[in-house]
Amino acid sequence: MTTRLFGEPVRRREDARLITGQGRYLDDLGGGALAAAFVRSPHAHARILDIDVSAALDVEGLVAIYTWEDLPGALAEPLPLLIPHPALTHGRTAYPLAREIVRHVGEPVVMVVARDRYLAEDACALIRVDYEILKPVVGIEEAVRGVHLVHEDVPGNIGAHLVQEVPGPGGLTAREAIDAAPHTLEFRLDVERSACTPLEGKGVYARWDADDGSLRVYSSTQTSTSVRMAIAAKLGLPLPKVEVIAPDVGGGFGVKIVHPWPEEVLVPWAARLLNREVKWTEDRREHFVSSSHERGQVQHVRAGFDDEGRVLGLEVEILHDHGAYTPYGIIVPIITSTQLLGPYKVGAYRVEFSSIYTNTVQVTPYRGAGRPQGVFCMERTMDRIAAHLGRDRTAVRAANFIQPHEFPYDQGMTFQDGRPLIYDSGDYPEALRMLKELIGWDSFPETKARAAAEGRRIGIGVGCYVEGTGVGPYEGGHVQVTSDGRVHVSTGLTSQGQGHETVFAQIAATELGVPIEKVSVVTGDTRRFGYAVGTFASRAAVMSGNAIALACRKVREKALRIAAEALEADPRDLEITDGMVHVAGVPSASIPLATVAVLSNPLRYAFDEEAKRATQFAGPASDDRPPVAEGEEPGLEGRDYYSPVRSTFAAGMHAAIVETDLDTAEIRILRYAVVHDCGKLINPMIVEGQIHGGVAQGVGGALYEKMVYDEHGQLLNASFMDFLMPYATEVPRIETAHLETPSPLNPLGIKGAGEAGVIPVSAVIASAVEDAEGITIARMPVSPSDLHHLRLER
Amino acid sequence: MNETGHHVRLTVNGVVREATVPGRRLLSDCLRHDLGLTGTHVGCEHGVCGACTVLLDGEPVRSCLTFAVTVDGHEITTVEGLARDGELSPVQRAFTECHALQCGFCTPGFLCTVTAFLRDNPAPTEEEALKAVAGNLCRCTGYQNILKAVHRAAEIQAEEDR
Amino acid sequence: MKPPPFGYHGPATLGEALDVLAEAGPDGKVLAGGQSLIPLLNMRLAAPAHIVDVNRVPGLDGIEAGPSGVRVGALARHAAVERSPEAAAAQPLLRQALRLVAHPVIRNRGTVVGSLVHADPAAEMPAVLALLGGSVRLASRGGEREVPASEFFTGPMESALRPGELAVSAFFPALPRRSGTAFHEVARRHGDYAVAGVAAAVTLDEDLRIAAARVACVSVGPVPVVVDVTAACGPRPAASAGWEAAAEAVRDRIDPEGDIHATADYRRHLTGVLAARALRDAASAARGEES
Ligand SMILES: Cc1cc2nc3c(=O)[nH]c(=O)nc-3n(C[C@H](O)[C@H](O)[C@H](O)COP(=O)(O)OP(=O)(O)OC[C@H]3O[C@@H](n4cnc5c(N)ncnc54)[C@H](O)[C@@H]3O)c2cc1C
Ligand code: FES
Ligand code: FES
Repeated sequence: MTTRLFGEPVRRREDARLITGQGRYLDDLGGGALAAAFVRSPHAHARILDIDVSAALDVEGLVAIYTWEDLPGALAEPLPLLIPHPALTHGRTAYPLAREIVRHVGEPVVMVVARDRYLAEDACALIRVDYEILKPVVGIEEAVRGVHLVHEDVPGNIGAHLVQEVPGPGGLTAREAIDAAPHTLEFRLDVERSACTPLEGKGVYARWDADDGSLRVYSSTQTSTSVRMAIAAKLGLPLPKVEVIAPDVGGGFGVKIVHPWPEEVLVPWAARLLNREVKWTEDRREHFVSSSHERGQVQHVRAGFDDEGRVLGLEVEILHDHGAYTPYGIIVPIITSTQLLGPYKVGAYRVEFSSIYTNTVQVTPYRGAGRPQGVFCMERTMDRIAAHLGRDRTAVRAANFIQPHEFPYDQGMTFQDGRPLIYDSGDYPEALRMLKELIGWDSFPETKARAAAEGRRIGIGVGCYVEGTGVGPYEGGHVQVTSDGRVHVSTGLTSQGQGHETVFAQIAATELGVPIEKVSVVTGDTRRFGYAVGTFASRAAVMSGNAIALACRKVREKALRIAAEALEADPRDLEITDGMVHVAGVPSASIPLATVAVLSNPLRYAFDEEAKRATQFAGPASDDRPPVAEGEEPGLEGRDYYSPVRSTFAAGMHAAIVETDLDTAEIRILRYAVVHDCGKLINPMIVEGQIHGGVAQGVGGALYEKMVYDEHGQLLNASFMDFLMPYATEVPRIETAHLETPSPLNPLGIKGAGEAGVIPVSAVIASAVEDAEGITIARMPVSPSDLHHLRLER
Repeated sequence: MNETGHHVRLTVNGVVREATVPGRRLLSDCLRHDLGLTGTHVGCEHGVCGACTVLLDGEPVRSCLTFAVTVDGHEITTVEGLARDGELSPVQRAFTECHALQCGFCTPGFLCTVTAFLRDNPAPTEEEALKAVAGNLCRCTGYQNILKAVHRAAEIQAEEDR
Repeated sequence: MKPPPFGYHGPATLGEALDVLAEAGPDGKVLAGGQSLIPLLNMRLAAPAHIVDVNRVPGLDGIEAGPSGVRVGALARHAAVERSPEAAAAQPLLRQALRLVAHPVIRNRGTVVGSLVHADPAAEMPAVLALLGGSVRLASRGGEREVPASEFFTGPMESALRPGELAVSAFFPALPRRSGTAFHEVARRHGDYAVAGVAAAVTLDEDLRIAAARVACVSVGPVPVVVDVTAACGPRPAASAGWEAAAEAVRDRIDPEGDIHATADYRRHLTGVLAARALRDAASAARGEES
């Protein structure tokens, strides 16, 4: 038996430093660095007439003030549009510092560098910017009217328009299928804006080494490799002269995958120019008005269905609020439109979206990335169909499920990775069965009646989703066994709390047969691994996990080859257990992996006892062979990449029981149940943690969180006081059950788990509140005040 | 514009530390940047998230809503001071056992809050434990494992006191 | 989010504090617990030239409870008042209300008097002072004055405190025998400022009929809104149900505004609901005390 760690709830290895205050987050670095702060636009839409910095010049400790005029070369150009798409006909991105026009409150206009952050903010407060105020465009409806424009050269404020159409049986269009259906429904849904709001904001710290002509940048990012390339390009530096490191990162949830943020190029630029270390630590208010938001959509739905509730045709028209810029392309609405179908096969489907500019903070993926909206749409549709037919809501869902024998199932569309939307595996009927049992679906009517008898109002809701995870193009892993027997694993993608140091170590320890204590893992450090995409789309475990497994397999193969020679055995008879290579069944015929590492690297110089054994005169050399055999490389290490043909599809189903207060309209979640299928579990403890966190964010989106803009484009709740992230008192206890349908697409059989928890929550809570109240819920989040008014309108 | 410096003397984690700071220096910044104790985190600087919670003369307070000069002469305990002689405290152990942290950014605030809470209430009910941590935000964990850890820490503490 | 520069003063005696305040005049701000002032400073929504930190002034942290009521000193923290058994015995509403103020950690630092001076219309303690008809004692170099609650709260975040004055204490009167109190509120999240909240005090006559009933409402006007609902409750037995008339009377008297958390209509409705609940609980507390 090899060391079994895969699948075990191994305790996290990152905890030791994090619980003792020894973590190193961005602002913990660079004690002596200068501090940057920004003058940000107080207006949603305005023309900059004049910037007067004279009053700020007296601030003690001031080092530099920069405006767009100061930016050289590529830095003066708009930031990159990261993911171009043919449908994004009018993609627009911001300048690192505003040039002439500001398009949302919070857009950076002036950069100040001073001795510390207090002084930098003092200087910011003294800089006068004159603006000519332009008409702000706020709200999807206002934007669609196109009377005022966010970008002068984007007519109708429409950045992108995309139609995807999947014909039904017999080539019927969705419209034809709906028109021919026995029943039809038509309605509108609204989802409000929210945001990732990791507890640590963004941050950048740059060190320029003038002697070496090199730059080291630390960024609180979800992709250090790509930040590195962006910085090299923007600053005109050779790539090898730039290194980017993601230190401990205090949460990301999507916002830190966007790059380069203005600060990610400005801070390194200033560090080089000033030849001083410079750091910028985003504060909470900045995060609200200058990072990203997500979720805001208006959806128009038409559905045609039969007496069983089977959807024969579905037409969805989405207006997607993209904010002022589109640096991340149209990934979010693409995901909404493709993942909307969930575990269902609908007869014919047509989805059309318009991506709309408004004078608000840009929209880029937030955990779930468009899926919560899509699932809200589909699940609301299922509930309405059930209500229309008077059928059980789970029965209607079951009638539409893709069946286990139908995998791989082709939904006939193009997914966010440009690949066909083909589900690899799943067992939806079983997941629903488990969920109904877990929550007690079938006995709920009695529970509800009992509550009613006590004068209490409760309701139950359900929601299902399918999530494409582990999107390409690739990730890589490097594994090295050193002569002390330690295993060093590195991968390019970054970590923001997902426990990668543990999970990847589990994989490496299992694959190599070494104790986990011997394994150390480094992520997000371009000094260790230069090729990577990043941590998003529930892809880290699938992508890097498999890449590391493949790299380990290379190392293992090499180790067995070398050991076989030393033990005079056949490599096929060898096993590695507890760091010892041995002949299967003969523990005495063994050699430590450490020694294999020594043997793998023939040396001339001995620097320690281990090394001595690998020097030229140490062993019986064979004279007719080169010390490093042909096709071999010195060292016991391996590098490999995992690049899947397409995504793997995880799935899940949630149910909740809520109670609504008859008088105050407060909504309380009494129970929350999750059935989750992310293929094989590497570490169930970590997967559950991801689910808990996701559900909590979902609860925020369903009941508490929204970004409230007034008609002038001012964000009215840019603080934790008014943007209501749930505390422990607002989050229910979550009951989970796991189903494991392995993915046939990758060596480990795993699927992504990072985003799942958040995806169906709004749909589930809407379903439950609707059931409790008998009022149709078409807009999320729903507050007590909202519910009160819905009751009055009934 | 030259600000007056104020000399402050704090006993942090049992060690007397001194610094000269302007009147406006937040205790959080003083600990992190003047004294180099970066374990205390800053998540909002308006009192809501609790990441900056430290113990002032044993009682948890928001270090982002406290000026360093105000607490001149007082005792501060930060996350760095929770372990005794290199041994993790029961609360620290419970947090790792129960997987009560993910990114770890909120964790120092929770650890300080819970440490003081369990000192005053060594055997809390579910409701009491919930209320005790309800003033700290965590964006990662969904709190379930944090609550579990509070009870687990109480258990460990009780075992050790026995 | 760092505070703007200011002159810091840390007086060691009351006299010194009053001197510094007199000198600073309108440019001076008292710093007590800092739980409201420092967020404003961090966001640079306030920029006083001088901060007078009274935390080192001795003798200001007293909590004196007696048969007539509770006098709370300027440096008595929310938590200390909440925990004081004497204060709870003399005026139970203090503890009932303080449990709803923010989170325990904020209460470790924030002061009751600071909360009164801050005069946030969403805050609990101003409503308590207003309901009980308490007062605030203001000291300046020129002497002291005692300002009744009805005159102390002059507008949202505005009080009768004049430049150069320090609020040294507040007095929360006890209620007559056979009285009970309660505080009910709805906040979006546990510990948040209330969307609406109602403090109630009910006094019964010897036959356990309602002799007096009053409520004070938060978040529904520029200052705490006190409504005497004795008439609406009628001289009827406290044990009987039916606080709807009182709730209606309250709804009629308030003029709430809408904001991002709740509409004005919802606030009005909710305040009525909470008034009924608080009155019911206050009445049963009043009976409980008698039995
Ligand atoms: C996250 C959070 C949530 C909160 N939630 C609530 C809540 O739900 N309900 C609630 O009521 N409060 C809440 N608060 C505020 C808290 O109760 C404060 O403690 C209180 O409002 C002010 O008391 P303080 O001692 O901290 O005053 P400070 O912040 O020191 O001062 C506040 C104001 O009063 C003045 N002042 C203070 N003391 C005196 C004095 N003795 N003489 C003259 N002027 C003085 C100051 O100059 C300043 O203008 C919350 C605070 C936070 C940070
Ligand atoms: S940083 Fe102090 S409470 Fe958030
Ligand atoms: S663990 Fe990340 S915020 Fe709590």
